[in-house]
Amino acid sequence: MPDSTFLDASELVLNMGPQHPSTHGVLRVILKLDGEKVIGTECVIGYLHRGVEKIAENRTYVQFAPYVDRMDYVAAVSNGLGYCLAVEKLLGVEAPPRAQVVRVILTELNRVASHLIWLGTHALDIGAITPLFYTMREREETLNIFEKYCGARLTNHAFRIGGLQYETYDGFEREVRACCDLLLPRIDEYEELLTGNRIWIGRLKNVGILNAEDCKAYGVTGPMLRAAGVKWDIRKAQPYSGYERYEFEIPTGVNGDTYDRYMVRMLEMRQSVRIIRQAVDGMPAGPIMGKVPKVIRPPVGEVYVSIEAPKGELGYYVVSDNSTQPYRVRVRPPSFVNLQSLDKMARGSLVADVVAIIGTIDIVLGEVDR
Amino acid sequence: MAEEQKPAAPKAPPTMATTPWEDELTEQLKRQFGDRISEFTIGLGQKFLVPSPEAVIPILEYLKLEADFDYLVDVTAVDYPKRAERFDLVYILYSFAGNERIRIKTRIAEGYKPATAVGVHLTANWLEREVFDMFGIEFAGHPDMRRILLPEDWEGYPLRKDRGILQMDDRWVKEHLGIESGQ
Repeated sequence: MPDSTFLDASELVLNMGPQHPSTHGVLRVILKLDGEKVIGTECVIGYLHRGVEKIAENRTYVQFAPYVDRMDYVAAVSNGLGYCLAVEKLLGVEAPPRAQVVRVILTELNRVASHLIWLGTHALDIGAITPLFYTMREREETLNIFEKYCGARLTNHAFRIGGLQYETYDGFEREVRACCDLLLPRIDEYEELLTGNRIWIGRLKNVGILNAEDCKAYGVTGPMLRAAGVKWDIRKAQPYSGYERYEFEIPTGVNGDTYDRYMVRMLEMRQSVRIIRQAVDGMPAGPIMGKVPKVIRPPVGEVYVSIEAPKGELGYYVVSDNSTQPYRVRVRPPSFVNLQSLDKMARGSLVADVVAIIGTIDIVLGEVDR
Repeated sequence: MAEEQKPAAPKAPPTMATTPWEDELTEQLKRQFGDRISEFTIGLGQKFLVPSPEAVIPILEYLKLEADFDYLVDVTAVDYPKRAERFDLVYILYSFAGNERIRIKTRIAEGYKPATAVGVHLTANWLEREVFDMFGIEFAGHPDMRRILLPEDWEGYPLRKDRGILQMDDRWVKEHLGIESGQ
Protein backbone atom coordinates (compact mmCIF):
# COMPACT_ATOMS: atom_id res chain seq x y z
CA MET A 1 0.00 0.00 0.00
CA PRO A 2 1.49 3.35 -0.96
CA ASP A 3 1.94 5.35 2.19
CA SER A 4 1.30 8.88 1.05
CA THR A 5 -0.01 9.56 -2.40
CA PHE A 6 -2.06 12.67 -3.01
CA LEU A 7 -5.15 10.50 -2.90
CA ASP A 8 -4.39 9.61 0.66
CA ALA A 9 -5.54 12.98 1.90
CA SER A 10 -7.06 11.22 4.83
CA GLU A 11 -7.85 14.07 7.17
CA LEU A 12 -9.38 17.41 6.44
CA VAL A 13 -10.18 19.96 9.09
CA LEU A 14 -13.17 22.08 8.24
CA ASN A 15 -14.30 25.08 10.20
CA MET A 16 -18.02 25.67 10.50
CA GLY A 17 -19.29 28.86 12.01
CA PRO A 18 -19.48 30.99 14.08
CA GLN A 19 -21.04 32.94 11.23
CA HIS A 20 -22.93 30.12 9.63
CA PRO A 21 -26.70 30.14 9.26
CA SER A 22 -27.17 26.53 10.28
CA THR A 23 -25.33 26.85 13.57
CA HIS A 24 -28.26 28.78 15.05
CA GLY A 25 -26.28 31.70 16.29
CA VAL A 26 -22.63 31.82 17.10
CA LEU A 27 -21.68 28.19 17.52
CA ARG A 28 -18.38 27.24 15.98
CA VAL A 29 -17.76 23.61 15.19
CA ILE A 30 -14.42 22.31 13.96
CA LEU A 31 -15.00 19.19 11.92
CA LYS A 32 -12.37 16.59 11.26
CA LEU A 33 -13.26 14.86 8.04
CA ASP A 34 -12.24 11.79 6.16
CA GLY A 35 -13.68 12.46 2.75
CA GLU A 36 -17.21 13.40 3.60
CA LYS A 37 -17.28 11.37 6.76
CA VAL A 38 -16.98 13.08 10.12
CA ILE A 39 -14.36 11.50 12.33
CA GLY A 40 -14.40 14.07 15.08
CA THR A 41 -15.86 17.40 16.10
CA GLU A 42 -14.96 20.10 18.50
CA CYS A 43 -17.30 22.83 19.64
CA VAL A 44 -15.92 26.28 20.28
CA ILE A 45 -18.41 28.21 22.36
CA GLY A 46 -18.47 31.33 24.47
CA TYR A 47 -18.95 33.99 21.80
CA LEU A 48 -22.11 35.11 23.54
CA HIS A 49 -20.80 34.87 27.09
CA ARG A 50 -22.11 37.76 29.16
CA GLY A 51 -21.34 36.49 32.61
CA VAL A 52 -24.94 36.11 33.72
CA GLU A 53 -23.90 34.29 36.89
CA LYS A 54 -21.52 37.09 37.85
CA ILE A 55 -24.19 39.70 37.19
CA ALA A 56 -26.49 37.81 39.55
CA GLU A 57 -24.05 38.28 42.42
CA ASN A 58 -24.06 42.02 41.85
CA ARG A 59 -27.80 42.61 41.60
CA THR A 60 -30.60 42.17 44.07
CA TYR A 61 -32.87 39.17 43.70
CA VAL A 62 -35.51 41.26 41.98
CA GLN A 63 -33.08 43.13 39.77
CA PHE A 64 -31.60 39.92 38.44
CA ALA A 65 -34.94 38.49 37.28
CA PRO A 66 -34.98 40.21 33.86
CA TYR A 67 -31.47 38.97 33.08
CA VAL A 68 -32.51 35.33 33.03
CA ASP A 69 -34.80 36.06 30.08
CA ARG A 70 -31.73 36.76 27.99
CA MET A 71 -30.37 33.26 28.27
CA ASP A 72 -32.77 31.11 26.33
CA TYR A 73 -34.34 34.05 24.61
CA VAL A 74 -36.87 32.06 22.60
CA ALA A 75 -38.25 30.57 25.83
CA ALA A 76 -37.80 33.50 28.17
CA VAL A 77 -40.87 32.66 30.21
CA SER A 78 -39.44 29.28 31.20
CA ASN A 79 -36.22 30.88 32.39
CA GLY A 80 -38.17 33.33 34.49
CA LEU A 81 -40.34 30.60 35.96
CA GLY A 82 -37.33 28.56 37.05
CA TYR A 83 -35.67 31.52 38.71
CA CYS A 84 -38.84 32.64 40.47
CA LEU A 85 -39.49 29.13 41.76
CA ALA A 86 -35.95 28.88 43.13
CA VAL A 87 -36.11 32.17 45.01
CA GLU A 88 -39.63 31.41 46.21
CA LYS A 89 -38.40 28.13 47.62
CA LEU A 90 -35.59 29.93 49.44
CA LEU A 91 -38.06 32.45 50.85
CA GLY A 92 -40.63 29.81 51.69
CA VAL A 93 -43.44 31.47 49.77
CA GLU A 94 -45.66 30.03 47.12
CA ALA A 95 -47.43 31.73 44.27
CA PRO A 96 -51.22 31.82 44.75
CA PRO A 97 -53.35 29.42 42.67
CA ARG A 98 -54.38 31.95 40.07
CA ALA A 99 -50.78 32.99 39.48
CA GLN A 100 -49.76 29.36 39.10
CA VAL A 101 -52.40 28.74 36.46
CA VAL A 102 -51.41 31.83 34.48
CA ARG A 103 -47.79 30.74 34.78
CA VAL A 104 -48.63 27.34 33.33
CA ILE A 105 -50.56 28.89 30.45
CA LEU A 106 -47.77 31.27 29.52
CA THR A 107 -45.03 28.68 29.97
CA GLU A 108 -46.77 26.19 27.77
CA LEU A 109 -47.52 28.82 25.14
CA ASN A 110 -43.85 29.63 25.26
CA ARG A 111 -42.95 25.98 24.85
CA VAL A 112 -45.04 25.90 21.69
CA ALA A 113 -43.37 29.10 20.47
CA SER A 114 -39.94 27.66 21.17
CA HIS A 115 -40.73 24.41 19.39
CA LEU A 116 -42.13 26.37 16.44
CA ILE A 117 -38.86 28.26 16.08
CA TRP A 118 -37.02 24.98 16.31
CA LEU A 119 -39.22 23.37 13.67
CA GLY A 120 -38.93 26.25 11.24
CA THR A 121 -35.17 26.59 11.48
CA HIS A 122 -34.56 22.84 11.59
CA ALA A 123 -36.59 22.37 8.42
CA LEU A 124 -34.79 25.31 6.86
CA ASP A 125 -31.44 23.69 7.58
CA ILE A 126 -32.58 20.50 5.92
CA GLY A 127 -33.67 22.44 2.86
CA ALA A 128 -37.39 22.89 3.38
CA ILE A 129 -37.87 26.61 3.31
CA THR A 130 -41.66 26.82 3.51
CA PRO A 131 -42.26 25.59 7.08
CA LEU A 132 -40.27 28.52 8.47
CA PHE A 133 -42.82 31.00 7.18
CA TYR A 134 -45.70 28.97 8.53
CA THR A 135 -44.17 28.44 11.96
CA MET A 136 -43.24 32.11 12.25
CA ARG A 137 -46.83 33.00 11.40
CA GLU A 138 -48.21 30.84 14.20
CA ARG A 139 -45.54 31.92 16.63
CA GLU A 140 -46.73 35.45 16.03
CA GLU A 141 -50.08 34.48 17.54
CA THR A 142 -48.45 33.35 20.76
CA LEU A 143 -46.19 36.40 20.87
CA ASN A 144 -49.21 38.65 20.49
CA ILE A 145 -50.61 37.18 23.69
CA PHE A 146 -47.33 37.81 25.51
CA GLU A 147 -47.21 41.32 24.19
CA LYS A 148 -50.71 42.08 25.33
CA TYR A 149 -50.04 40.50 28.70
CA CYS A 150 -46.76 42.11 29.67
CA GLY A 151 -45.74 44.40 26.86
CA ALA A 152 -42.81 42.39 25.60
CA ARG A 153 -42.64 39.77 22.91
CA LEU A 154 -39.32 38.06 23.34
CA THR A 155 -37.67 38.77 26.68
CA ASN A 156 -40.93 38.89 28.56
CA HIS A 157 -40.05 39.05 32.23
CA ALA A 158 -43.63 37.93 32.69
CA PHE A 159 -43.40 36.62 36.24
CA ARG A 160 -42.35 38.11 39.53
CA ILE A 161 -40.92 36.44 42.59
CA GLY A 162 -44.02 35.38 44.45
CA GLY A 163 -46.48 35.45 41.59
CA LEU A 164 -47.30 37.76 38.74
CA GLN A 165 -46.82 41.46 38.20
CA TYR A 166 -49.91 41.88 36.07
CA GLU A 167 -53.42 40.61 36.15
CA THR A 168 -54.46 39.08 32.85
CA TYR A 169 -55.98 41.47 30.36
CA ASP A 170 -59.63 41.47 29.30
CA GLY A 171 -60.26 38.70 26.84
CA PHE A 172 -57.10 36.80 27.81
CA GLU A 173 -58.95 33.51 28.13
CA ARG A 174 -60.75 34.02 24.86
CA GLU A 175 -57.56 34.78 22.98
CA VAL A 176 -55.64 31.90 24.50
CA ARG A 177 -58.46 29.55 23.53
CA ALA A 178 -58.54 30.97 20.03
CA CYS A 179 -54.79 30.50 19.79
CA CYS A 180 -55.15 26.85 20.86
CA ASP A 181 -57.89 26.28 18.31
CA LEU A 182 -55.66 27.74 15.67
CA LEU A 183 -52.55 25.82 16.63
CA LEU A 184 -53.78 22.24 16.45
CA PRO A 185 -54.86 22.24 12.78
CA ARG A 186 -51.71 24.16 11.91
CA ILE A 187 -49.54 21.52 13.58
CA ASP A 188 -51.42 18.98 11.46
CA GLU A 189 -50.47 21.04 8.44
CA TYR A 190 -46.78 20.96 9.30
CA GLU A 191 -46.99 17.25 9.76
CA GLU A 192 -48.63 16.91 6.37
CA LEU A 193 -45.72 18.76 4.86
CA LEU A 194 -42.99 16.90 6.68
CA THR A 195 -43.87 13.69 8.52
CA GLY A 196 -44.39 11.50 5.48
CA ASN A 197 -42.17 13.47 3.17
CA ARG A 198 -39.61 11.21 1.51
CA ILE A 199 -36.80 13.73 1.60
CA TRP A 200 -37.54 14.58 5.21
CA ILE A 201 -37.50 10.92 6.22
CA GLY A 202 -34.38 10.29 4.18
CA ARG A 203 -32.51 13.12 5.84
CA LEU A 204 -33.69 12.39 9.39
CA LYS A 205 -34.17 8.67 9.87
CA ASN A 206 -31.22 6.93 11.52
CA VAL A 207 -29.26 10.16 11.63
CA GLY A 208 -27.57 11.21 14.86
CA ILE A 209 -28.68 8.30 16.98
CA LEU A 210 -28.29 8.80 20.71
CA ASN A 211 -29.63 5.92 22.77
CA ALA A 212 -30.90 6.08 26.31
CA GLU A 213 -27.61 4.95 27.84
CA ASP A 214 -25.67 7.67 26.07
CA CYS A 215 -28.30 10.26 26.93
CA LYS A 216 -27.90 9.51 30.63
CA ALA A 217 -24.12 9.43 30.43
CA TYR A 218 -24.06 12.82 28.73
CA GLY A 219 -26.74 14.26 30.96
CA VAL A 220 -28.96 14.91 27.96
CA THR A 221 -32.53 15.81 28.92
CA GLY A 222 -35.72 17.08 27.39
CA PRO A 223 -37.09 15.92 24.04
CA MET A 224 -33.75 14.33 23.18
CA LEU A 225 -33.93 11.99 26.14
CA ARG A 226 -37.58 11.20 25.50
CA ALA A 227 -36.88 10.43 21.84
CA ALA A 228 -34.53 7.71 23.09
CA GLY A 229 -37.46 6.09 24.85
CA VAL A 230 -37.03 7.36 28.39
CA LYS A 231 -40.38 8.53 29.69
CA TRP A 232 -39.05 11.31 31.87
CA ASP A 233 -40.40 14.80 32.17
CA ILE A 234 -39.88 16.95 35.26
CA ARG A 235 -43.46 18.18 34.95
CA LYS A 236 -44.51 14.61 35.78
CA ALA A 237 -41.56 13.36 37.83
CA GLN A 238 -41.37 16.29 40.23
CA PRO A 239 -44.33 18.52 39.45
CA TYR A 240 -44.14 22.25 40.11
CA SER A 241 -46.62 25.08 39.60
CA GLY A 242 -49.50 22.63 39.84
CA TYR A 243 -48.61 20.50 36.82
CA GLU A 244 -49.87 17.47 38.72
CA ARG A 245 -53.41 18.77 38.20
CA TYR A 246 -53.32 18.57 34.42
CA GLU A 247 -53.80 15.56 32.26
CA PHE A 248 -51.16 15.13 29.63
CA GLU A 249 -48.92 12.47 28.23
CA ILE A 250 -45.20 12.28 27.81
CA PRO A 251 -44.51 11.47 24.18
CA THR A 252 -41.53 9.20 23.64
CA GLY A 253 -39.62 7.85 20.69
CA VAL A 254 -37.93 4.54 20.10
CA ASN A 255 -34.72 4.92 18.16
CA GLY A 256 -33.39 8.19 19.51
CA ASP A 257 -32.63 9.45 16.01
CA THR A 258 -33.31 12.84 14.53
CA TYR A 259 -36.67 11.77 13.19
CA ASP A 260 -37.84 10.57 16.61
CA ARG A 261 -36.79 13.85 18.15
CA TYR A 262 -38.83 15.61 15.50
CA MET A 263 -41.86 13.47 16.27
CA VAL A 264 -41.50 13.93 20.04
CA ARG A 265 -41.45 17.70 19.74
CA MET A 266 -44.44 17.69 17.39
CA LEU A 267 -46.40 15.59 19.88
CA GLU A 268 -45.24 17.80 22.73
CA MET A 269 -46.76 20.84 21.12
CA ARG A 270 -50.12 19.07 21.04
CA GLN A 271 -49.74 18.12 24.69
CA SER A 272 -48.92 21.72 25.54
CA VAL A 273 -52.10 22.85 23.84
CA ARG A 274 -53.95 20.23 25.86
CA ILE A 275 -52.50 21.60 29.10
CA ILE A 276 -53.28 25.20 28.15
CA ARG A 277 -56.91 24.31 27.44
CA GLN A 278 -57.31 22.65 30.82
CA ALA A 279 -55.64 25.56 32.55
CA VAL A 280 -57.81 28.17 30.87
CA ASP A 281 -60.94 26.22 31.72
CA GLY A 282 -60.05 25.97 35.38
CA MET A 283 -58.74 29.43 36.03
CA PRO A 284 -59.46 30.32 39.66
CA ALA A 285 -60.08 33.83 40.86
CA GLY A 286 -57.99 35.36 43.58
CA PRO A 287 -54.82 37.27 44.24
CA ILE A 288 -51.85 37.06 41.91
CA MET A 289 -49.06 37.80 44.35
CA GLY A 290 -48.01 35.80 47.38
CA LYS A 291 -46.74 37.34 50.58
CA VAL A 292 -43.31 38.51 49.56
CA PRO A 293 -41.35 41.01 51.65
CA LYS A 294 -40.56 44.36 50.05
CA VAL A 295 -36.87 43.70 50.43
CA ILE A 296 -36.01 40.15 49.58
CA ARG A 297 -33.41 38.73 51.97
CA PRO A 298 -33.79 34.96 52.09
CA PRO A 299 -32.33 33.11 55.08
CA VAL A 300 -28.85 31.67 54.73
CA GLY A 301 -29.17 28.55 52.69
CA GLU A 302 -29.15 27.04 49.27
CA VAL A 303 -31.59 25.45 46.93
CA TYR A 304 -31.62 23.68 43.60
CA VAL A 305 -34.83 23.95 41.63
CA SER A 306 -35.27 22.67 38.13
CA ILE A 307 -38.07 22.83 35.62
CA GLU A 308 -38.80 21.22 32.30
CA ALA A 309 -37.82 23.95 29.86
CA PRO A 310 -38.47 23.36 26.15
CA LYS A 311 -34.86 22.23 25.76
CA GLY A 312 -34.61 20.02 28.82
CA GLU A 313 -33.82 20.34 32.49
CA LEU A 314 -33.25 23.95 33.39
CA GLY A 315 -31.96 24.23 36.93
CA TYR A 316 -31.14 27.08 39.25
CA TYR A 317 -28.81 26.54 42.16
CA VAL A 318 -29.17 29.62 44.36
CA VAL A 319 -27.05 30.25 47.45
CA SER A 320 -28.14 32.94 49.86
CA ASP A 321 -26.08 34.62 52.58
CA ASN A 322 -29.05 36.60 53.91
CA SER A 323 -28.09 39.74 52.03
CA THR A 324 -30.17 41.46 49.41
CA GLN A 325 -28.08 39.97 46.65
CA PRO A 326 -27.73 36.29 45.84
CA TYR A 327 -24.38 34.90 46.99
CA ARG A 328 -24.28 32.62 43.99
CA VAL A 329 -26.67 31.74 41.20
CA ARG A 330 -25.72 28.80 39.08
CA VAL A 331 -27.78 28.10 36.00
CA ARG A 332 -27.84 24.54 34.81
CA PRO A 333 -28.45 25.14 31.13
CA PRO A 334 -30.02 22.34 29.09
CA SER A 335 -28.62 23.58 25.77
CA PHE A 336 -25.05 23.62 27.07
CA VAL A 337 -25.22 20.10 28.41
CA ASN A 338 -27.11 18.71 25.42
CA LEU A 339 -24.65 20.26 22.99
CA GLN A 340 -21.91 18.14 24.48
CA SER A 341 -23.47 15.08 22.86
CA LEU A 342 -22.95 16.55 19.38
CA ASP A 343 -19.61 14.80 19.03
CA LYS A 344 -21.09 11.43 19.89
CA MET A 345 -23.94 11.86 17.42
CA ALA A 346 -21.92 13.32 14.58
CA ARG A 347 -19.08 10.79 14.53
CA GLY A 348 -19.36 8.58 11.49
CA SER A 349 -22.04 10.65 9.81
CA LEU A 350 -21.77 12.90 6.76
CA VAL A 351 -21.14 16.64 6.77
CA ALA A 352 -24.69 17.34 5.67
CA ASP A 353 -25.95 15.31 8.62
CA VAL A 354 -24.06 17.53 11.04
CA VAL A 355 -26.38 20.35 10.06
CA ALA A 356 -29.38 18.15 10.78
CA ILE A 357 -27.88 17.07 14.10
CA ILE A 358 -27.14 20.60 15.29
CA GLY A 359 -30.71 21.50 14.39
CA THR A 360 -32.16 18.58 16.28
CA ILE A 361 -30.36 19.41 19.55
CA ASP A 362 -32.33 22.66 19.55
CA ILE A 363 -29.69 24.89 21.06
CA VAL A 364 -29.95 28.56 21.82
CA LEU A 365 -26.50 30.02 22.07
CA GLY A 366 -27.61 32.64 24.53
CA GLU A 367 -28.15 29.80 26.95
CA VAL A 368 -25.08 27.77 25.99
CA ASP A 369 -22.78 30.72 26.64
CA ARG A 370 -24.81 32.63 29.21
CA MET B 1 -29.62 49.77 45.19
CA ALA B 2 -30.81 49.13 48.69
CA GLU B 3 -28.22 50.12 51.28
CA GLU B 4 -27.63 47.38 53.75
CA GLN B 5 -27.95 48.56 57.30
CA LYS B 6 -25.53 47.08 59.76
CA PRO B 7 -27.24 46.39 63.08
CA ALA B 8 -25.34 47.62 66.16
CA ALA B 9 -24.92 44.21 67.70
CA PRO B 10 -24.39 41.61 64.98
CA LYS B 11 -26.60 38.62 65.58
CA ALA B 12 -26.66 35.39 63.69
CA PRO B 13 -28.59 35.74 60.44
CA PRO B 14 -31.66 33.57 59.90
CA THR B 15 -30.66 30.25 58.42
CA MET B 16 -32.69 27.65 56.59
CA ALA B 17 -33.99 24.90 58.81
CA THR B 18 -32.15 21.64 58.41
CA THR B 19 -32.85 18.15 59.63
CA PRO B 20 -30.55 15.14 59.61
CA TRP B 21 -30.98 12.83 56.65
CA GLU B 22 -31.37 9.23 57.68
CA ASP B 23 -32.61 6.42 55.49
CA GLU B 24 -31.37 3.24 53.86
CA LEU B 25 -29.08 5.07 51.51
CA THR B 26 -27.30 6.96 54.27
CA GLU B 27 -26.87 3.71 56.20
CA GLN B 28 -25.27 2.11 53.15
CA LEU B 29 -23.03 5.09 52.59
CA LYS B 30 -21.99 5.19 56.23
CA ARG B 31 -21.10 1.53 56.11
CA GLN B 32 -19.17 1.98 52.91
CA PHE B 33 -17.39 5.26 53.54
CA GLY B 34 -17.42 5.66 57.30
CA ASP B 35 -16.18 8.98 58.56
CA ARG B 36 -15.14 10.13 55.11
CA ILE B 37 -18.66 11.56 54.92
CA SER B 38 -19.09 14.11 57.68
CA GLU B 39 -22.66 15.19 57.20
CA PHE B 40 -26.03 14.03 55.92
CA THR B 41 -28.54 16.86 55.86
CA ILE B 42 -31.93 17.79 54.49
CA GLY B 43 -32.43 21.49 53.92
CA LEU B 44 -35.65 22.84 52.38
CA GLY B 45 -36.57 19.26 51.56
CA GLN B 46 -33.39 18.70 49.58
CA LYS B 47 -30.87 16.07 50.59
CA PHE B 48 -27.15 16.65 50.55
CA LEU B 49 -24.07 15.00 51.94
CA VAL B 50 -20.68 16.46 52.74
CA PRO B 51 -17.74 14.13 52.12
CA SER B 52 -14.02 14.79 52.14
CA PRO B 53 -12.77 15.82 48.68
CA GLU B 54 -10.89 12.63 47.86
CA ALA B 55 -13.97 10.52 48.61
CA VAL B 56 -16.15 12.25 46.01
CA ILE B 57 -15.30 10.09 43.03
CA PRO B 58 -15.68 6.77 44.90
CA ILE B 59 -19.01 8.02 46.21
CA LEU B 60 -20.16 9.01 42.73
CA GLU B 61 -19.15 5.57 41.49
CA TYR B 62 -20.85 3.81 44.37
CA LEU B 63 -24.04 5.83 43.97
CA LYS B 64 -24.12 5.14 40.25
CA LEU B 65 -23.61 1.39 40.55
CA GLU B 66 -25.43 0.59 43.77
CA ALA B 67 -28.11 3.24 44.11
CA ASP B 68 -29.00 4.09 40.48
CA PHE B 69 -27.85 7.69 40.63
CA ASP B 70 -26.99 7.50 36.97
CA TYR B 71 -27.49 11.10 35.93
CA LEU B 72 -25.04 13.81 36.95
CA VAL B 73 -27.14 16.94 36.67
CA ASP B 74 -24.55 19.57 37.38
CA VAL B 75 -21.11 20.30 38.72
CA THR B 76 -20.48 23.74 40.08
CA ALA B 77 -18.58 25.66 42.72
CA VAL B 78 -19.13 28.43 45.22
CA ASP B 79 -16.34 30.71 46.37
CA TYR B 80 -15.87 31.67 50.02
CA PRO B 81 -12.61 33.64 49.96
CA LYS B 82 -12.43 34.12 53.73
CA ARG B 83 -12.63 30.44 54.51
CA ALA B 84 -9.55 28.22 54.83
CA GLU B 85 -11.02 25.72 52.40
CA ARG B 86 -11.97 28.29 49.90
CA PHE B 87 -14.36 26.53 47.53
CA ASP B 88 -17.50 24.50 47.84
CA LEU B 89 -17.57 21.98 45.02
CA VAL B 90 -21.12 20.87 44.36
CA TYR B 91 -22.31 17.82 42.44
CA ILE B 92 -26.01 17.39 41.80
CA LEU B 93 -27.18 13.85 41.10
CA TYR B 94 -30.47 12.39 40.01
CA SER B 95 -31.77 8.85 39.97
CA PHE B 96 -34.28 8.03 37.24
CA ALA B 97 -35.26 4.81 38.99
CA GLY B 98 -35.87 6.39 42.39
CA ASN B 99 -36.97 9.84 41.15
CA GLU B 100 -34.65 11.41 43.68
CA ARG B 101 -32.21 14.26 43.60
CA ILE B 102 -29.27 14.63 45.95
CA ARG B 103 -26.29 16.93 46.23
CA ILE B 104 -22.72 16.18 47.11
CA LYS B 105 -20.96 19.16 48.59
CA THR B 106 -17.30 19.10 49.39
CA ARG B 107 -14.89 21.76 50.57
CA ILE B 108 -11.58 22.23 48.86
CA ALA B 109 -8.72 24.63 49.40
CA GLU B 110 -7.32 26.88 46.71
CA GLY B 111 -4.81 24.96 44.62
CA TYR B 112 -6.25 21.58 45.51
CA LYS B 113 -6.86 19.51 42.39
CA PRO B 114 -9.96 17.36 42.80
CA ALA B 115 -10.12 14.21 40.70
CA THR B 116 -12.26 14.39 37.60
CA ALA B 117 -15.65 12.70 37.41
CA VAL B 118 -15.43 12.10 33.65
CA GLY B 119 -14.62 8.43 34.26
CA VAL B 120 -17.96 8.00 36.01
CA HIS B 121 -20.19 10.48 34.19
CA LEU B 122 -19.21 11.65 30.70
CA THR B 123 -21.21 14.82 31.10
CA ALA B 124 -18.73 16.04 33.70
CA ASN B 125 -16.35 16.91 30.89
CA TRP B 126 -17.82 20.28 29.94
CA LEU B 127 -19.21 21.00 33.38
CA GLU B 128 -15.79 20.66 34.97
CA ARG B 129 -14.25 22.72 32.22
CA GLU B 130 -16.67 25.47 33.07
CA VAL B 131 -15.78 25.26 36.76
CA PHE B 132 -12.12 25.53 35.78
CA ASP B 133 -12.90 28.44 33.49
CA MET B 134 -14.82 30.41 36.09
CA PHE B 135 -13.08 29.44 39.36
CA GLY B 136 -9.67 28.13 38.36
CA ILE B 137 -10.24 24.77 39.98
CA GLU B 138 -8.20 22.26 38.01
CA PHE B 139 -9.48 18.72 37.84
CA ALA B 140 -6.80 16.05 37.99
CA GLY B 141 -7.03 13.47 35.22
CA HIS B 142 -9.48 15.48 33.11
CA PRO B 143 -9.01 14.61 29.43
CA ASP B 144 -9.29 18.18 28.16
CA MET B 145 -8.68 20.73 30.91
CA ARG B 146 -9.03 23.96 28.96
CA ARG B 147 -11.20 27.02 29.26
CA ILE B 148 -14.57 26.59 27.62
CA LEU B 149 -16.44 29.89 27.55
CA LEU B 150 -13.65 32.44 27.81
CA PRO B 151 -10.78 32.70 25.32
CA GLU B 152 -7.97 30.28 26.03
CA ASP B 153 -5.37 32.96 26.74
CA TRP B 154 -7.65 34.95 29.04
CA GLU B 155 -6.27 35.58 32.50
CA GLY B 156 -8.29 35.55 35.69
CA TYR B 157 -11.26 33.59 36.97
CA PRO B 158 -14.38 35.75 36.80
CA LEU B 159 -16.63 33.99 39.29
CA ARG B 160 -14.16 34.24 42.15
CA LYS B 161 -15.39 36.73 44.69
CA ASP B 162 -12.21 38.82 44.59
CA ARG B 163 -12.82 39.52 40.92
CA GLY B 164 -14.87 42.68 40.39
CA ILE B 165 -17.76 42.66 37.97
CA LEU B 166 -16.17 45.34 35.78
CA GLN B 167 -12.71 43.81 35.93
CA MET B 168 -11.45 42.57 32.58
CA ASP B 169 -8.28 41.01 31.36
CA ASP B 170 -6.90 44.36 30.14
CA ARG B 171 -4.00 42.79 28.29
CA TRP B 172 -6.25 40.45 26.33
CA VAL B 173 -8.73 43.16 25.44
CA LYS B 174 -5.98 45.48 24.23
CA GLU B 175 -4.17 42.80 22.28
CA HIS B 176 -7.17 41.27 20.54
CA LEU B 177 -9.63 44.11 20.27
CA GLY B 178 -7.21 47.01 20.13
CA ILE B 179 -9.12 49.03 22.70
CA GLU B 180 -8.50 50.09 26.24
CA SER B 181 -10.46 47.98 28.67
CA GLY B 182 -13.19 49.45 30.79
CA GLN B 183 -16.76 50.55 30.44
